[in-house]
Amino acid sequence: MSDTSDGLDRPARGTDRESPLIAPDASRRPLAGDAPLIDVHAHFHTDRSGRSDWAMYNISRLRAGERIGLDAHVASVLGSWGHASPTYFPSPDDLTYANQWMRAFAQRDAARAKPADQRLFAYVAVNPNHAAHAVQEIRTGVDQGAVGIKLAASRKADDALLDDIAAEAARHGIPILHHVWQDRRREWPNQDASDGVELGRLAARHPNTQLLLAHIGGGGDWAHTLHAVRDLPNVHVDLSGSGIDRGMVDATIEALGASRVLWAADLTLCTGLTKAWALDAIGLPPGALDDVRWRNAVRLFAQATFSHHGEVLVA
Amino acid sequence: MTAPAPNFAEVDVSAWIGSYPFRDVPHPDPEVLVRVLERERVARAWVGWLPSAWQRDPSAGNARLLSALAPWRDVLDPAPAVRPDWPGWMTELAKQADAGAAAIRVYPAQWGLGPGHPALSELAHACHSAGLPLHITVRVEDVRQRHPHDVAGDVPAATVRALARANTGCTLVISGAGRELIEEVAWGLTPGERALVWFDFGWVWGPPDDHFAQLVRGLGSGQLVHGSQWPLRLVQQSRALVSLLPADVVVRLPLPRPKHHLETSAG
Repeated sequence: MSDTSDGLDRPARGTDRESPLIAPDASRRPLAGDAPLIDVHAHFHTDRSGRSDWAMYNISRLRAGERIGLDAHVASVLGSWGHASPTYFPSPDDLTYANQWMRAFAQRDAARAKPADQRLFAYVAVNPNHAAHAVQEIRTGVDQGAVGIKLAASRKADDALLDDIAAEAARHGIPILHHVWQDRRREWPNQDASDGVELGRLAARHPNTQLLLAHIGGGGDWAHTLHAVRDLPNVHVDLSGSGIDRGMVDATIEALGASRVLWAADLTLCTGLTKAWALDAIGLPPGALDDVRWRNAVRLFAQATFSHHGEVLVA
Repeated sequence: MTAPAPNFAEVDVSAWIGSYPFRDVPHPDPEVLVRVLERERVARAWVGWLPSAWQRDPSAGNARLLSALAPWRDVLDPAPAVRPDWPGWMTELAKQADAGAAAIRVYPAQWGLGPGHPALSELAHACHSAGLPLHITVRVEDVRQRHPHDVAGDVPAATVRALARANTGCTLVISGAGRELIEEVAWGLTPGERALVWFDFGWVWGPPDDHFAQLVRGLGSGQLVHGSQWPLRLVQQSRALVSLLPADVVVRLPLPRPKHHLETSAG
């Protein structure tokens, strides 16, 4: 790898499949403060995403992560992001390619990094409608370093087709990050979105599977979700999404406890930074703040080795 | 002794006090807003009365706004609402101008005033005559989360363009717009018309899609102002967007106060 003056670590034998990495930048104080911070809901794009700026998108995410002070992006690629198959109904071929690409991206980052300095971690994304492919994809992914499963909206969360996936997650000791529409009052186009009640049914059927309810700020009525999952200890909530309703972060932590809430950004690192600052402003006890910023992620992603300035993070 | 950090913005043009009809909002009170402004290094705020957007007659809310802000007028400027299709609106406007309004708020979506509605341009003319900017709220919540009874929708770009093209001379301050609306309006106006339209940018997305950087690269930052939509939204968002800009994109700080009639005509 060559560390170039523009801050990009480019692959020595670059191909159009590979996305440049960003050299760590310790020259400026992180915008979100010096304490560890892990993004458990990140996405990248590949050369098959159908957008010519896919690599720039990835660079932007990494650069912003460096500026914010992220120690890790736990990330997935949702197939071809609608280019060859729908984003929320990805084809098996698109998923296999995307999952392999994401793992390779993470492995290149690990190869660049010093020991205990890996920043990229891969989910394996699957479509439950292709049940055998989903299970095989999870097993292959875990063998090759994936640390979680990503489910989007190909099937409602309480559908029986998710049972094998949930069991597989428990068997491997990895969590499922599940796309959720907070209080879905109708069907929305292009997805079989689930809400907290539906995810709760899956959680109740699989008490040994850890579920990460995606983006409490990602659209819909977040207050509905808090009531829906409050009594389900295996449901955790990530704070990501473009929504920055005042009161949402406080209410989520109050309803679920800091031990079940994880900071994340999803598609908007700006709102992620806003929520990181809001966590400071609302005056959480230090232990609770660490839980949300990184400690819960360390607990939930048992297969990942997260680090902060070269020191392995231990919950 | 270190110098105090410079202000992030001269004014937050889009704050409210008062309750919100569709969900509980924590302590939407002026004394809390004053503390938040100090913490966020914002010198002042233009403050509206939040319930007014959903009330037929905003004048009672304006009275409550003035009363609530009275102890805090060194930091909080009233931005009362005037409904231009309501009897006696000119009297209400004059009353609010005399009371020291910093801007006049109008809610076209909630009040059913569509693109090109003559009452909107009449209000803009009157605001210009009174030396006051006209403040338009495109949205207060994401469309995906609105209460079933909240059916007003967003203010379309066509409403803003029609008003900006009406040759009223009034400064328009647009709050709650995303990148698409801002660009649609800005590039749909002559340079002279555009010079009178200011945008708060808190709803624009930053990285990794970098809409805000692309917006500033394309339009510059000269017409951008800080608007938080406190108490509905977290106030840190504009600062986060500016902090995350790529190195080649610079926004001058503190973010300015929109120039209004008197300043522009003096220049």
